[in-house]
Amino acid sequence: MAGRQGEHIIGASTPRKEGRDKVTGRARYIDDLSFPHMLYGATVRSRIPRGTIKKINFGPGIAWNEYVVVSAKDIPGKNYIALIENDQPCLADGGVNHPEEAILLLAHPDRHALAKAVAAVEIEYEPLPAVFTIEESERGDTIIWGKDNTFKSYRIEKGDVDSVWANADYIVEGEYFTGAQEQLYIETNGVIAAFDAEKGIKIWGSLQCPYYVHKAMMALLGLPEDQVRVVQTETGGAFGGKEEYPSMIAAHAALLAMKAGQPVKIVYDRAEDMAATTKRHPSRTRHRTAVSKDGKILGGEIEIVMDGGAYVTLSPVVLSRATIHAGGPYYWPNVRVRTKAVATNTPPHGAFRGFGAPQALFAIERHMDKIARTVGVSPAEIRRRNFLKQGDTTITEQEIREPIDLAKLLDRALELADYDAKKRRFAEENKRSACKKGMGIAAFLHGAGFTGSGERYLASVVGVEGRADGGVRVLVSSTEFGQGTNTVLCQIAAEALGLPYEDVTIAQPDTMVVPNSGPTVASRTAMVVGKLVASAAQGLKQTLIAAGLLRETCTAEEFRAACREHVATHGEFRSLANYESPEGIFWDDVKYRGEAYATYSWAVYVAEVTVDLTTYSATVDDFVAVQEIGRVMNPVLARGQILGGVAQGIGFALYEKVEWRDGRMANSQMTNYIMPTSADLPTIRVYFEELGNKHGAFGAKGIGELPMDGPAPAIVNAIEDAVGIPFNRVPMLPEDIFAAVEHEASLAGVR
Amino acid sequence: MKKAAAKREISFTVNGEPRTVRAYPMERLLDVLRQELGLTGTKEGCGEGECGACSVLMDGMLVDSCLVPVAQAQGAKVVTIEGVSRDARCRALQESFLECGGAQCGICTPGMILAAAHLLQKRPKPTTEEIREGLSGNLCRCTGYMQIFEAVAEAARRAAVR
Amino acid sequence: MKSDPADYEFAVAASLQDAVKLLAEEPKRWLPIAGGTDVMVQYAAGTLGVRKLVSIWNLPELRQIEVLPGELRIGAGCTYTDLRGHGVVAGEFPLLARAASWTGGIANQNRGTLGGNIANASPAADSLPALLVYDAELILVSARGERRMAYRDFHTGYKRMNLAADELIRAICLPRGFAGYVSYARKVGARNAQAISKVCIAALGRVENGVVADARIALGSVAPLPIRLGETERVIAGKRLDADVRALARKTAVSETRPIDDIRSTAKYRAAVVSNLVGEFLDRLAGGESSGE
Repeated sequence: MAGRQGEHIIGASTPRKEGRDKVTGRARYIDDLSFPHMLYGATVRSRIPRGTIKKINFGPGIAWNEYVVVSAKDIPGKNYIALIENDQPCLADGGVNHPEEAILLLAHPDRHALAKAVAAVEIEYEPLPAVFTIEESERGDTIIWGKDNTFKSYRIEKGDVDSVWANADYIVEGEYFTGAQEQLYIETNGVIAAFDAEKGIKIWGSLQCPYYVHKAMMALLGLPEDQVRVVQTETGGAFGGKEEYPSMIAAHAALLAMKAGQPVKIVYDRAEDMAATTKRHPSRTRHRTAVSKDGKILGGEIEIVMDGGAYVTLSPVVLSRATIHAGGPYYWPNVRVRTKAVATNTPPHGAFRGFGAPQALFAIERHMDKIARTVGVSPAEIRRRNFLKQGDTTITEQEIREPIDLAKLLDRALELADYDAKKRRFAEENKRSACKKGMGIAAFLHGAGFTGSGERYLASVVGVEGRADGGVRVLVSSTEFGQGTNTVLCQIAAEALGLPYEDVTIAQPDTMVVPNSGPTVASRTAMVVGKLVASAAQGLKQTLIAAGLLRETCTAEEFRAACREHVATHGEFRSLANYESPEGIFWDDVKYRGEAYATYSWAVYVAEVTVDLTTYSATVDDFVAVQEIGRVMNPVLARGQILGGVAQGIGFALYEKVEWRDGRMANSQMTNYIMPTSADLPTIRVYFEELGNKHGAFGAKGIGELPMDGPAPAIVNAIEDAVGIPFNRVPMLPEDIFAAVEHEASLAGVR
Repeated sequence: MKKAAAKREISFTVNGEPRTVRAYPMERLLDVLRQELGLTGTKEGCGEGECGACSVLMDGMLVDSCLVPVAQAQGAKVVTIEGVSRDARCRALQESFLECGGAQCGICTPGMILAAAHLLQKRPKPTTEEIREGLSGNLCRCTGYMQIFEAVAEAARRAAVR
Repeated sequence: MKSDPADYEFAVAASLQDAVKLLAEEPKRWLPIAGGTDVMVQYAAGTLGVRKLVSIWNLPELRQIEVLPGELRIGAGCTYTDLRGHGVVAGEFPLLARAASWTGGIANQNRGTLGGNIANASPAADSLPALLVYDAELILVSARGERRMAYRDFHTGYKRMNLAADELIRAICLPRGFAGYVSYARKVGARNAQAISKVCIAALGRVENGVVADARIALGSVAPLPIRLGETERVIAGKRLDADVRALARKTAVSETRPIDDIRSTAKYRAAVVSNLVGEFLDRLAGGESSGE
């Protein structure tokens, strides 16, 4: 519904800007594009987890002269994919550190000629001892990275943790694990690269961050800024899986294109995409909490270790978010949080919706239920007694300055879920049935935008351009991949200028055309970039006013006329807006203390599950998702984000398991990596609250990642409620439920 | 009976028009549609018949075109998203997808619309369960399916009202 | 897509006779392909060993369902959709109709064939346990003529079968006469649709005068081939289904299986589920209602 404070467009479900093309099949994704003389590329990858390359032989049966072959020696610039540390090679040179690591690149005019050629490259390795788990990496018997396999560590200290144990009525300990998860966008990774000796390299691709690719290509190819051009094509899902990975596939296509002198397309098939690209970081969290007899947290120690895979890539940032979210939406008067990301010989783990928060929040939300049981109060009550309130400080000592009432959010969620009545009913019915039912709660928060000084460092720039026909065009590097970037940013510009939504278009993200508005990550787009869009739009209007063509108060028609006139006289014109750090945001990067995020979104989710003890399968029968997200910019899109995020969260909890064999994903097909179908998901009921946000466009906070945080703990809490056995690991497959039920039964037998 | 490893001419109807392609018989129908015929609306999501992004109608039946050797399409009537977009009933489905948020990233959408069109043809007034089952071979990673079901139900409702 | 289409010869049989003639001329060289829902997956993965395929898709001789007084004769080229939509299949052979509804999504059901499912011989195939409990017979055809055999003798080991190099499955014959039987079927997969089974059960039974007059139980995914639980059937034959008999039946059932740990599941889990599903069947049998999923 539109219409707050005279707003007509913000808060309305305006149609998706690129929607018509999508429903008619006209939208062009990277594999739909073809250029003259284009070659197809493929990657020869390591079959071992760690070792030296002794020999490469190009086997018989292939007309090798027909292929373009690229190795590390062909890299004109630096052999790394520029990101945080520059430790990840573009192509392995002498040694490999994970299965599927790229060694050679091949290109050929016939797409079908590649698989057999890749198979015919014979590589002799001398294997080295490899490390596959967090425990192995920590033990340090084999050092595979740096001095001690540790990519990064953080420490948060608040208050005086060491003093709380003596006065604690209860000390509750727990250990919680989350597994890897594959983003499984339905469109696999793909790029096309073309090189021109004068203009440089041009990349088209399915990607989230054109400027990340731009930066990486400069270093790899030794080209200046204006000789690298990156264009985002319609992207069929990303979820973080196309945040940093595309720099790698783009690098590969670019190298082939440069050597071949022809455009090169690389599109991964599903098996390659699943096995070789990034996944969610597996994690292990340990909690030790001092609790008073009335269930209040006195203090605690939290330790998180994440598996980063073979190279640093984004692990420091994922770990950072996990660290800051480790305490959940609760007040900790004293806490020590120690976290680290360690190396293993697996393909590097990377960004996936939630980005460290789902792992940390799974642990604390499971732990809160354990605390509840220990103290003897309900899961709802333990949370009520510990929720953060306005005026409280978080574990990083950030003061909560908004009137968030989590207890009320919880009450609303419980009521919508019919929690109390169902708990009573299930307690009775479970006695008589092999199908046990249970209810579970998860309460959580999600910081929007980059951490601390991150947004200042990004220094985002946004443009709004006046068009010849009187309308305006938004210029951002923020990408659309289903979440609604195009639509919401156009809504913002339209609202800011009093124009109809139809008068606003948005440019295809092309680094030659749009400024760098930062990466499309961290749930920052509506909030941070949107605010800049509003500013730039206002700036455009001011240009017209200063030119004497428009008054401050004007109609849409007047604006259009003024714009047309200005373009006719001066040509297309634009206004830029630069990010300005808000006042009073202070963050200490060393002590990890202060305003970690400009704002948080808040949520309470409730899951109803059935565990069928005939098959040990758990299914979610009903799901209630209540969240406070600042402002609902577009109701259909906002609801869509929550529905999709909850579905992925249900997958994370119950279905999606990566089967690792010596560092390689063995179940790299859709048949064996199980994501929920329409037949597996319940009705998901979505409700919003809006507190506004002075740091976000029209009061928006972040929404994209929030729904990923709640489902797994809510579901596992519900499963424990149903069968009375604690589970501390996701994913929970029927085999895991069975093993635990068996174990409990054998313990009971012994007693 | 032909049995050669060479390309052969295969004729079939695509979106109402007779077409003839020269292709290897084991080329996937999906690739022939996309490459030879330039109909890129049909997508590849998995290549193993799991995701349904490649769904087309072949002689009125929903099939995964990644699993059909083009030689088996000889003489068949094939309809893709480009063709189905010309049908008024399907346009109604596309409108309701737009209104209800049935498409987010859009990559599953062509296959989803084909599957929904196929369902509505057999069951003009489907129950939620029937919609769920009819679309169970089409995977969507973005929407959690609900707004897709709502779009299909809405299209069915509107068709009934007319 | 890992295979090169140029590497494959492909013949389209104009008739059944055409197809068997080709197989007779070059036995073991040509792989019959019907709906392609198994073959094309292997092809895309680059694991299809054969380079010559003969299409038997939509041959009229293979796609009939004949309703005879004593039996239902299902052409091997019938798709799962054909099965689901046929009144006699749905009415008299619910285990088969249900298995058909579990196989993939609608698009898979429109192309997958019963003959293909049998010849592909995956131990996890959904329809095969149903065929075992219905005492199906197969008609096999070659240029040398036709022969008929009990389906339970068809599979001899993992992907090994009683099918000569020049033979095709022509039809699956199901004896009619299961009216009044309690039927029970359940598929346990990783999710509710589009899943390869971890355990799959089809069972039929009849209780008369309080004792088991006839019981047939078959399982998929718990051995290298689909199996009938002959021992278990003997254990309950003629008995009252009291707690002891049921417990013994469940234990016997597990002992007849050889479940493994694989990419999808574990042996222990499968064994436990087998025991539970057999127990559930016996509950229904004792209670007299048909059920399962």
